[in-house]
Amino acid sequence: MRDIIRLEDIRRDFIVGEETVHALRGVSFNISEGEFVTVMGTSGSGKSTLLNILGCLDTPTSGEYYLDGVSVRTMDKNRRAVLRNRKIGFVFQNYNLLPKTTAVENVELPLMYNPSCSARQRREKAVAALEAVGLGDRLMHKSNQMSGGQMQRVAIARALVNDPAVILADEATGNLDTRTSCEVLVLFQQLHRQGRTIIFVTHNPDISRYSSRNITLRDGHVTGDVRNQNILDAARTLASLPKEEE
Amino acid sequence: MNLANLFKIALKALGNNKFRGFLTMLGIIIGVAAVITMLAIGQGSKKSIQAQISEMGSNMIMIHPGGERRGGVRLSADDMETLKIEDLEDIRSQASFVTYVSPAVNSSGQAIYGANNTPTTVYGVNRDYLDIRRYKVEEGEAFTDRDIQTAAKVCLVGKSVVDELFPDGQNPVGKVIRFGSIPLRITGVLESKGYNSMGMDQDDLIIAPYTTVQKRILAITHLQEIVCSALAEEYTEQAIEEITSILRDNHRLKPADEDDFSIRSQQELSSMMTSTTDMMTVLLAAVAGISLLVGGIGIMNIMYVSVTERTREIGLRMSIGAKGRDILAQFLIESILISVTGGLIGVVFGIGAAFLVNILASYPIYIQPWSVILSFAVCTVTGVFFGWYPARKAASLDPIEAIRYE
Repeated sequence: MRDIIRLEDIRRDFIVGEETVHALRGVSFNISEGEFVTVMGTSGSGKSTLLNILGCLDTPTSGEYYLDGVSVRTMDKNRRAVLRNRKIGFVFQNYNLLPKTTAVENVELPLMYNPSCSARQRREKAVAALEAVGLGDRLMHKSNQMSGGQMQRVAIARALVNDPAVILADEATGNLDTRTSCEVLVLFQQLHRQGRTIIFVTHNPDISRYSSRNITLRDGHVTGDVRNQNILDAARTLASLPKEEE
Repeated sequence: MNLANLFKIALKALGNNKFRGFLTMLGIIIGVAAVITMLAIGQGSKKSIQAQISEMGSNMIMIHPGGERRGGVRLSADDMETLKIEDLEDIRSQASFVTYVSPAVNSSGQAIYGANNTPTTVYGVNRDYLDIRRYKVEEGEAFTDRDIQTAAKVCLVGKSVVDELFPDGQNPVGKVIRFGSIPLRITGVLESKGYNSMGMDQDDLIIAPYTTVQKRILAITHLQEIVCSALAEEYTEQAIEEITSILRDNHRLKPADEDDFSIRSQQELSSMMTSTTDMMTVLLAAVAGISLLVGGIGIMNIMYVSVTERTREIGLRMSIGAKGRDILAQFLIESILISVTGGLIGVVFGIGAAFLVNILASYPIYIQPWSVILSFAVCTVTGVFFGWYPARKAASLDPIEAIRYE
């Protein structure tokens, strides 16, 4: 399998006043195409910093990061913006949908920043992405007319619409109840089965049981990197949950 | 990122906040409308004054004896007699920028017909005077050159004098009125010209041959004034120069001597009068301009708040691939859209308000195309100028912090 992500001794220092904080102290790992990786860690472990670097929002102080074979460290802001637009799909904890905006327009958004994409292609891709997350019947619903689970699925559709090399999820189930979390995990597992590469950053150990690989961070170091031999099926978990009162 | 997409994004963002957008626009609408209305009123009164002055003869040049007519002690009886009929003849034969020349002597007194009388002024002139002052003979006819040679006791009368002396509406032509003790036969009635811009009744006069007024009424031989008209308003300066050199020559003045006459033109009067309205226009426009500025600050204020409020949105846009300049352009386009839309509405309102002033207060207005273009341009520039700072702030946000902004 081809490596989508290659991290070589990534270090990231922040200068806070007089002190230097070492958020990442030499992180190295590769992620191959089609992996579903959870990155675990308590707060302060450096997982947010790692996510920012993986998402090309930040650059490491030292070390090399190759995304889909391209070195990111020396890129300027604008080139990283283009890279994010073409290669990365973000899913955030608080969805970050545009308010008072329809689902399909929210999903179209990344393509708005891609000049090579025509208005028609944009609409077609957005509709396809929404259908893929099971919201084909809610294209014109506005973001404030949807439930949390629906909003997160719109956000996932938005992350899918540019056909990214990697989907980065930041506590994507953090704001959802158990049942809806489970539904979202079902969706992530579906995407995984379709061959998508997913990195899911979380502090919730339960999530890791549904992924194919689990990387643990602590104090800026990788302290664990295990392949999950016994991946739980989120759909089965969902079925076992007590039915909600209708 | 192409511009069309940025426009869509900006329009969408404005659409999400219609009421606030409208309130922001209101500042610009009022500002632009005020500028246009004020300029229309200012320019309107200037135009109407200019029209009244040109009614009096915009190319008119008046020559008076004496160096400084308004200078108090410098005036003396001797100075007042420097203008002679020879001066007039020379101006007529030598000045190439002058079309009509008329002497003018006048006397105030009581005009009497039968039991009616009215105070008025008799102007002693030649036939050119009618052309210079743009008087037309409505009934009857003007006196002739022969009447001038013979100092005939004839006259033309203005409408106001006719109304006073012939209140029962009989035809005054051919009647003999008296001015003081001198009987004058009316040869014609002048067409009404109404009041001039200084509030003088231009129909309250009697026009008679200058010789008649000189010899029979005033008993003088000099001229009180020479009135002439330049070829056209723009030749006034040249005409004045010609007249000056002819008169200096005639009066045998040495180069060091001051002129013993003074020349004033209607053009000067016109620029003097319009300078007042110009100043009024500038003042009005300045006040209106300030309200436009305040409107611009309103845009800046709202955009600034909007940037803070939409920090997460900006963070999201950046994380999914918007460059700094895309964000900058989006916010700039938003503020330009506000100011341009506000400007357009303001132009419509301003023109409407100007016409309303015209209709309701019957105040003269004149909407100059440049004032519309100018205020529109100013408000567009305002949009860019006041939108720039908040847009820069938005574009310089760090996506990592912005996306997690609470």
